Amino acid sequence: MSNLLEIQELSKTFDSVQALDDVTLSIKSGHIIGLLGPNGSGKTTLIKIICGLLQPTKGKVLVDGNPVGPKSKAIISYLPDKSYLNNNNTIESAIKTFKYFYDDFDESRASEMLSILNINPQHKLKTLSKGDREKVQLILVMSRRAKLYILDEPIAGVDPAARDSIIRTIINNCDPSVSVIIATHLIADVELVLDEAIFLQNGSIKLYQPVDTIRAEHGKSVDELFREVYKC
Amino acid sequence: MPWDLNSGNPVFVQIIEHLQDDIVLGIYKPGDKLPSVRDLATDAGVNPNTMQRALSTLESTGLVHSERTSGRFITEDNEMIIELKKSLVKVQVEQFINGMEKYGFTGNEILELVKQYVKK
Repeated sequence: MSNLLEIQELSKTFDSVQALDDVTLSIKSGHIIGLLGPNGSGKTTLIKIICGLLQPTKGKVLVDGNPVGPKSKAIISYLPDKSYLNNNNTIESAIKTFKYFYDDFDESRASEMLSILNINPQHKLKTLSKGDREKVQLILVMSRRAKLYILDEPIAGVDPAARDSIIRTIINNCDPSVSVIIATHLIADVELVLDEAIFLQNGSIKLYQPVDTIRAEHGKSVDELFREVYKC
Repeated sequence: MPWDLNSGNPVFVQIIEHLQDDIVLGIYKPGDKLPSVRDLATDAGVNPNTMQRALSTLESTGLVHSERTSGRFITEDNEMIIELKKSLVKVQVEQFINGMEKYGFTGNEILELVKQYVKK
């Protein structure tokens, strides 16, 4: 089986700053992968290149065998680290927008998740709490029937109970034909759902291993190992 | 029992221990049907692949068996569950004795302390 995501010798420099340095990795279907690293380690840059929002300085990205372009974008569902929804709209109209933009958007999935998380679709986005906003954005992104979900800091601004419900939403929507990449520095909260962890440091891959291998080899949780590797 | 998966051990090992406890404690009875992998994974907040791996390992020990279409079931072999209970108890005793030895107590002293405690 070919890899869902194939990244070869990828580098990116901004003026004099080397954001990514010779990154090579491949990701198969059916996995949840944590893209972990401290601030400024290159997580968002890597994601933006995969999503076609930035051009790499060097190297190649293949998504399900396709170079970055319309074909790759059609199968990637991306949750950015910033909000881009119109605040004056209701959740319902945001759903309509998504339905219009994405052929693979499953409206019933969105309504189901909204009701599970107790969110009224008639509310305007600007009236929502930060946690509920993040939940709505995640629901929109997870309601597409994509092959690769890329979530940039999906739980950064929400309380622990809301984190649990967001994580359950992610688990519930993942099946063997899709993969999910979660970029975060809140490792303790996500590590139980991860198959594999990628540690980024100064734009390079420091470690890429199955989470249970990390625990077996180091006798530590991923969170503990992370704190050790990135100790200042 | 609530899931408490936080130590540095591999997650699938912790899940196996948790399910073994549930079986020994009778939360799952012999012959009971287990929830689906997805439901168990959601409940525990873990990756479905990890849950699958834990269940496959339990299957290979015979404690759990799967019927092709109807799901996974707890063994009806009571003997096996009693053996499992014994082995889990052995681990507890070993841990206790090791801990006591660390504090400098010897075999007879430990026995005496346990006796006193049980009498209370």
